Amino acid sequence: MQIGILALQGDFIEHQHILERLGVRTRQVRLPAHLEGLDGLIIPGGESTTIGKLAADFGLMEPLRTFALTHAVWGTCAGAIFLSKDARRPQPLLGLMDIQVQRNAFGRQVESFEIDLDVPALRQVEEEVRPFRAVFIRAPLIERVGPGVEILATLPDGRIVAARQGHWLATAFHPELTDDTRFHRFFLKIAEEVATLDLDVPLSR
Amino acid sequence: MNAEKGTFKVKVGLAQMLKGGVIMDVVTPEQARIAEDAGAVAVMALERVPADIRAQGGVARMSDPELILKIMDAVSIPVMAKVRIGHFVEAQILEAIGVDYIDESEVLTPADEEHHINKHAFKVPFVCGARDLGEALRRIGEGAAMIRTKGEAGTGDVVEAVRHARRILGQIRHLQSLPEEEVMAYAKEIGAPYELVMETRALGRLPVVNFAAGGIATPADAALMMQLGMDGVFVGSGIFKSGDPAKRAAAIVKAVTHYNDPQILAEVSRNLGEPMVGRTVASLAEHEMMAGRGW
Repeated sequence: MQIGILALQGDFIEHQHILERLGVRTRQVRLPAHLEGLDGLIIPGGESTTIGKLAADFGLMEPLRTFALTHAVWGTCAGAIFLSKDARRPQPLLGLMDIQVQRNAFGRQVESFEIDLDVPALRQVEEEVRPFRAVFIRAPLIERVGPGVEILATLPDGRIVAARQGHWLATAFHPELTDDTRFHRFFLKIAEEVATLDLDVPLSR
Repeated sequence: MNAEKGTFKVKVGLAQMLKGGVIMDVVTPEQARIAEDAGAVAVMALERVPADIRAQGGVARMSDPELILKIMDAVSIPVMAKVRIGHFVEAQILEAIGVDYIDESEVLTPADEEHHINKHAFKVPFVCGARDLGEALRRIGEGAAMIRTKGEAGTGDVVEAVRHARRILGQIRHLQSLPEEEVMAYAKEIGAPYELVMETRALGRLPVVNFAAGGIATPADAALMMQLGMDGVFVGSGIFKSGDPAKRAAAIVKAVTHYNDPQILAEVSRNLGEPMVGRTVASLAEHEMMAGRGW
């Protein structure tokens, strides 16, 4: 199992460190050729406008979409925006997940926060039930999800902050900024499931 | 909600999101949009870029909040702004208008020659300049959530940024070679808080994100700072004092992402037009050096 991390900009090294701690081989992805042979991809936090522009300028948009059809992909914060079909403003998006996101939904940096979230799906990787400490940095919200999109976590007031559509995962917060590896293990489980399917046809879309 | 705002984790967290990116000085909303379109991860809103502060002289202060607010309205990326060293009321004002990061900057005329701002007292995060490890850890001790090299702003000469980056990284390597019983004496020697020195030793890097700043003017300069081990770059006068700012800005963004790929660096360096004219640091008189402000 080798997982790529889109390394155009943002906190890709934090993701890489967690995966390495979990004993997974990793590779930084900056050009289309770097996707070759990977079993999954993480799109990190950062500035979604910067990541989108660089992906477009270096010919990554179509290769990423093609890769995503047959592999697990997870976007955190900016990565979740980049995966979405709709960010309510013109900027390059992969347009894969049937979610509408609102950028900077909580306001400016002084409104950034951490909070304990209940994420039932994490029981698939660890039986012990405990909250997940989620770090929101100028974070987006998932305002609407389409049919076939599973809501994984909400804030106490019900607003959506994590979702899954088939083998694609989006979180508005940053599991890579904590020592809690459960979300990364959850993603690796999805990547392994997809890898064993040996897909000829896209799972979703 | 049991939400906690303004924690050190979320302050450092924003800087982590800026890594591998370029933060650009802008003096108008139009420049801010050019920077965002070019791929900047954030902009630094100010009335005069350092090169003009140098040329025009006089007391350099926090910018008019009206200008900063207009720039905040113009772009979706984070907006930073500068306050004078030690001027905690300027910082309170910038926090009140909601800037995303405050740069307590030697580029402005210092308000206090002995004390920097107690940055723990704020919810908004701070970035501070440093020339060496001791200075970096003193600022972190005061609550800075991000460090940048001081370099020598407004010159277009990268030599001081290189000096400061090499010094900080070299001191960290030296620190890691010390047996534990020698760490306290080293902390005393560099004038840094012991706990932060121990943390740096364990991590093998500063405990917060460390950008390069002060004199970066070309894609090659930016890639040089990245290869030396910086987490990202600030470009001040280098973009909007050049012949074709939009093109140069986009080229520097690409150079920071592909800093290890000489083919791409060669491609993005072509036909950028005139760089900023600049001044060599060696030609500056002692009183013209900004990096010596603060301690």
